[in-house]
Amino acid sequence: MSTATIDNKPVVPEEIKSFTVTLIVRRFNPEVDDEPHWQDFDVQLYPTDRVLDALHKIKWEQDGSLTFRRSCAHGICGSDAMRINGRNRLACKTLMKDLDVTKPIYVEAIKGLPLEKDLIVDMEPFFDSFKEVQPFLVAKSTPVDGKERQQTVAQRARFDDTTKCILCAACTSSCPVFWTDGQYFGPAAIVNAHRFIFDSRDENAAVRLDILNDQEGVWRCRTTFNCTDACPRGIQVTQAIAEVKQAIMRGKA
Amino acid sequence: MTSTIEAPRSPYTRSAKKRGLNWEKWGWIYMRVSGVVLIVLIFGHLFVNLMVGEGVSALNFAFVAGKLASPFWQTWDVLMLWLALIHGGNGMRTLVNDYATSRISRGILKGAILLSVVALIVLGTLVVYTFDACPAGSPADLLPALCSTL
Repeated sequence: MSTATIDNKPVVPEEIKSFTVTLIVRRFNPEVDDEPHWQDFDVQLYPTDRVLDALHKIKWEQDGSLTFRRSCAHGICGSDAMRINGRNRLACKTLMKDLDVTKPIYVEAIKGLPLEKDLIVDMEPFFDSFKEVQPFLVAKSTPVDGKERQQTVAQRARFDDTTKCILCAACTSSCPVFWTDGQYFGPAAIVNAHRFIFDSRDENAAVRLDILNDQEGVWRCRTTFNCTDACPRGIQVTQAIAEVKQAIMRGKA
Repeated sequence: MTSTIEAPRSPYTRSAKKRGLNWEKWGWIYMRVSGVVLIVLIFGHLFVNLMVGEGVSALNFAFVAGKLASPFWQTWDVLMLWLALIHGGNGMRTLVNDYATSRISRGILKGAILLSVVALIVLGTLVVYTFDACPAGSPADLLPALCSTL
């Protein structure tokens, strides 16, 4: 009689499979190239990796000249907005498992702003129109008890959605009107105007509404919802623009 | 060697704010209002012409002449004509504003749109109000059959 042997397999954690992903990146080096061109890279990645990890792997292991912006890498600083498979996304919030990795992933700089190098664009025109809507609290009166300006929960909730903006320019650079027209304020500027127009503590709503009630202001919006789709913070951008339009029509916030 | 890629958008030249009537705002409101009215007018028009009674087979010269003789349908058609042409013209104007970059091409395209809208509105309004199926004094063989029954 044979003795029963115990199947003594060592406990090995289940191996997470990695796979090869092809990234096609739109490169442009102003010192060498006349115009941008596409370059592919093969990277070994896990489903939990992000597009930013893939770009890091390329930069650190394959081609150190690849240029892109990123700071916090956790979806807060708004540095790494780029066009991923034709949609504006933050590279640090786009997971491999959410993309179709059987096909190449196309990565390029956001559109509508001057391209400087690889994935970096000149953000100045974007910030210019942001500054123009006076994105700061204007209150000339002194608070009641001399300390703070109090708000009810409802007053705070009125503009809560638009406080989430991180100025990554994903919305503005997804807007077809912004792509062609250098004058249009763009969704991000209107979102940040909305944040103060509907703030009960602010006293300059009329001025901001006047700024946006311009040929290049909110009336340029065609409600294509590209901006709402692009926003990495889930801000209902098109709705905010529509609320500003309503406020201009009624003449008050 | 350094090459710069041309800025993708037309240059930033925001002009000083002009006082007075804000055409852009009223244009936007006009698009919304006329759009809603046009839905009723156009679908009412299609329903009456194509579905009521004998349907599409009832359409002929006499049918149109009959409609244009009634003040109700005259008003309906003129309203539809004006609202739709200005709605379409304004829509094309916004497209030109978006995509035509130079002042000259902008001016030419907008002028052409204005010209065609005005011409079509004038001609259409003339037809609706001055249409006469049986002009007096015309030779009988050129008149439609319905005139002899009048």
